Amino acid sequence: MTNQAQLLPGTLDLLILRAVSLGPLHGYGVLLRIGQISGNALLIEQGALYPGLFRLVRQGLLKASWGTSENNRRAKFYELTVAGRKSLREETASWNRLATAIGSALAAQPEEV
Amino acid sequence: MKLLDSLRFRIATLFQRSRMSAELEAELRSHIQHRADDLECSGIERAEAERRARIEFGGQEKFKEECHEALGGNFIEGLIQDVRLSIRMLRKSPGFTIAAVLTLALAIGANAVVFSVMNAFILQPLNVPQAQSLYAIWRPDASDAHMSYPDYLDLRDRNRSFDGLIAWNMYEAGLDTGKDPSSVWVYETSGNYFDALRLQPYRGNFFHASDEHGPNSAPFAVLTYAYWHRHFQDDPGVLGRVVQLDKRPFTILGVAPPEFHGTILFFSPDFFVPIVNHAQDELNARGNRWVFMTMGHLKPGVTPEQATADLNSIGSYFEKAYPKDDGKMRFSLTRPSLYGDYLGRPVRAFMTGLMLLAGLILLAACANLGSLFAARAADRSREVALRLALGSTRKRILRQLFTEALLISLVGGAVGLVGGVLLLHGLSAWQPFARWPIHLAVNPDANVYAVAVLLTLASGFLFGAVPVRQVLRTNPYEVVKAGSTGRVGRRVTVRELLLVVQIAICAVLVTSSMVAVRGLARSLHNDFGFEMRNTMMVDTDLGMAGYSGDRVPIMQKRMIDALQAIPGVESVGLADTVPLGEGQNGSPVFTDNTSDLRSSNAAADAILFKVSPEYLHAAGTALLSGRTFTWHDDKDTPRVAVVNQEFARRIFSSPTNAIGRYFKMPDGTRIEVVGIVEDGKYGSLTEDPQPAMFVPILQSPSTSTWLVVRSSRDPQQLAAAIRSTLQQVDAGLPFYIQTRYKTLDITLFGPRMATISLGVLGVLGAMLSVTGIFGMAAYSVSKRLRELGIRMALGAQRNEVLRAALGRPFKLLAFGSLAGLILGILASRVLAFLVYQATPRDPLVLGGAVLAMTLLGLLATWIPAQRALRIDPLRLLREE
Repeated sequence: MTNQAQLLPGTLDLLILRAVSLGPLHGYGVLLRIGQISGNALLIEQGALYPGLFRLVRQGLLKASWGTSENNRRAKFYELTVAGRKSLREETASWNRLATAIGSALAAQPEEV
Repeated sequence: MKLLDSLRFRIATLFQRSRMSAELEAELRSHIQHRADDLECSGIERAEAERRARIEFGGQEKFKEECHEALGGNFIEGLIQDVRLSIRMLRKSPGFTIAAVLTLALAIGANAVVFSVMNAFILQPLNVPQAQSLYAIWRPDASDAHMSYPDYLDLRDRNRSFDGLIAWNMYEAGLDTGKDPSSVWVYETSGNYFDALRLQPYRGNFFHASDEHGPNSAPFAVLTYAYWHRHFQDDPGVLGRVVQLDKRPFTILGVAPPEFHGTILFFSPDFFVPIVNHAQDELNARGNRWVFMTMGHLKPGVTPEQATADLNSIGSYFEKAYPKDDGKMRFSLTRPSLYGDYLGRPVRAFMTGLMLLAGLILLAACANLGSLFAARAADRSREVALRLALGSTRKRILRQLFTEALLISLVGGAVGLVGGVLLLHGLSAWQPFARWPIHLAVNPDANVYAVAVLLTLASGFLFGAVPVRQVLRTNPYEVVKAGSTGRVGRRVTVRELLLVVQIAICAVLVTSSMVAVRGLARSLHNDFGFEMRNTMMVDTDLGMAGYSGDRVPIMQKRMIDALQAIPGVESVGLADTVPLGEGQNGSPVFTDNTSDLRSSNAAADAILFKVSPEYLHAAGTALLSGRTFTWHDDKDTPRVAVVNQEFARRIFSSPTNAIGRYFKMPDGTRIEVVGIVEDGKYGSLTEDPQPAMFVPILQSPSTSTWLVVRSSRDPQQLAAAIRSTLQQVDAGLPFYIQTRYKTLDITLFGPRMATISLGVLGVLGAMLSVTGIFGMAAYSVSKRLRELGIRMALGAQRNEVLRAALGRPFKLLAFGSLAGLILGILASRVLAFLVYQATPRDPLVLGGAVLAMTLLGLLATWIPAQRALRIDPLRLLREE
């Protein structure tokens, strides 16, 4: 547990979008999917997921509908809207730019300066 | 669009709240079930798995709240919650609520009323299209706008700055409808009046410049809407009807629009007639400046400076072309609504002062409410601490306190505004002088409502902000642990400073209103150079019944004789105008050895009264030396005059040997001084001694007629007797009867209004001070109840307890009162311009102000003092 990283502010929304982009998921499923695709490296408080989901629904990036889960329980499933898919693309690109920039800044060696 | 959508979404979520809650509940439950399923799979018992899933999930309520916030539904909902809680809290302490609402209602109401009056008088221009470019021509050397008709015509035709220059004058005309003669107020206007003002008739037509074809060529009349409504009951059939004004026929052409009340504030006419119908000798005299005002819209692109230069070049042409009549002609532009600075300066100064005072009162009210709120917040520190400890945010608590403050301010503002509007409607309907067509149209408009709402919100935030620091500093653990102890601070707090300022303002108001009242009272018992008691005045103009030429003096003599015959009448005098009446004439006068009689060479400008022989006696003006007139001082005998002391001083530089000496009038007439009378007040009560001369009415006839009837009979009976007598003399002559005191109404209007407004504001200030001191004293007693109890238990005397509890409020009161008193005395100098003999160096005023402030202090501290004295130390210590 201790080697899990704290989420940077604002990144939860991006992770949710990415998780849902791989197929419709219910809330707990989103959590599992994020764990799965991030190799369980991120610490996410379970309850904190929901305000994020609601925010994305309100922004029209996700849509929600009730269905039945693989456990045969009623659950609310989320999937990407067209706007959501677009936003995911843009946010991903922007994140990559940021990550590359910070990565190369941190990797800079004295002789390169 | 975005905003609208968001709003709709918010409102929709609000109504879907219960459904959303249920759904959220189900979703979170589903999450925990799924997690529990997983945990169960790893071999944990179901019950334990569910417990663990719930713990892992974290604070459900918190996340639910966050979800709602994420949905945007939280704000309005929180607001409704806050409002509900606030109403509950306020209903729990009705005394506090009522006091707070009333305080604010008074302050907001006062501000709304004062602002509305200021808005109507100063901020709003005349009610004509494009009023912004409307200017009147002013003569700074004479401090008025009077113009002769020939000068007006030249200005109209020669200027290049005005888009139509109009002239108008007002007079009272007799309206003969066959039976009861009445008088109406008439604007005689240049033919282009309505066209240049860009007005459209409400009914019928206006007259135009093209209707003027020389003297008496346009016998047309236009009615104001108000007169048409009042006297013709909106009858469209009056168009084309002929009415007799001053016994001359005029055809009614049309009705002016309802919102047009003439081209000066306050003075609303009944009729408009073309100015070419004015008496021909006056119309053609270049030196006779009887036209009341000339004004017009500046052409687009012409600045007032350019227009002034343009007018002054015409002025220098006048000086060259007509040196005798137009001595010095300089012009400037001014706003017509308040007759330039004549009414404008006092009205502006007065309204600014009043607005300032009203603002101070609102500030004081806010200070009061702020300290009441702070006291309340302190009393509720336990509640606040508990809420903080239970996880409420400080932001949330502050929001709730602000909601409470705003709620009070809104209710108070609404109550104040309603009261203010009622008062304003009363003011607008009020006609302060029956004799004059003077209306104060001060109905509130959108500006007034906007300002009231703004002030309300601002004051809500202002006094709501006072306890903020207190709440932010609250440490829940300390308060819950120790209970509220209330440190007894020794340093001067902002709150105390506010209270001192407030008391000082109140003392200023109390002092100055007392100064004004005293001045006013004294001014009525002063020597004005005439007697006020047992005097009845009748005023009329014989022109209204068609008298002219030689018939005028005959009729005047008949009236005097008829009134003289009424039983109980001691003497009857007649004059064309009377001191402190209206419409006095002045004339430049010259020393006997002046030969160049241009007005710049005049020795003085003297007020001129044309009087009958008995006038001085009937008016009670004392003759100091020489003789008065007789009926033999007529056209065929040498011209004579009686002058006052100031006249003698100015012209003959000695009041004693003036009798028998001569002075000259502008037309070169030599007049011999035959008598000297005491000085008096002629134009206003506050004026410096003015030179005045009285000449026999037979030597300079006038149709304007004031009869001064001296009699000790009951005024009402006397008035009835005068009325029937005059109706027997001529049933077609309208006239107006009033006591001499009543004639001063106009002169005293300003001082009276000043006194009343100061008094009202003074009472408001006093009430606020009482609540302020009361709040402070009550707070100080309740905070120190335990300490006082211990002191009493240890054997403190009653007066020691009182000193401990109320010493500080009293000190503040004394300090504030003293400061206010000094300021009030200084302010009275300003007041002296307005109110006759307003002097603060009056033991009664000083004593009264001190007494008033002491009484206020006693009143405000009485209840807290009783409470402090009734402390039962035993019970108190047991309770704690």
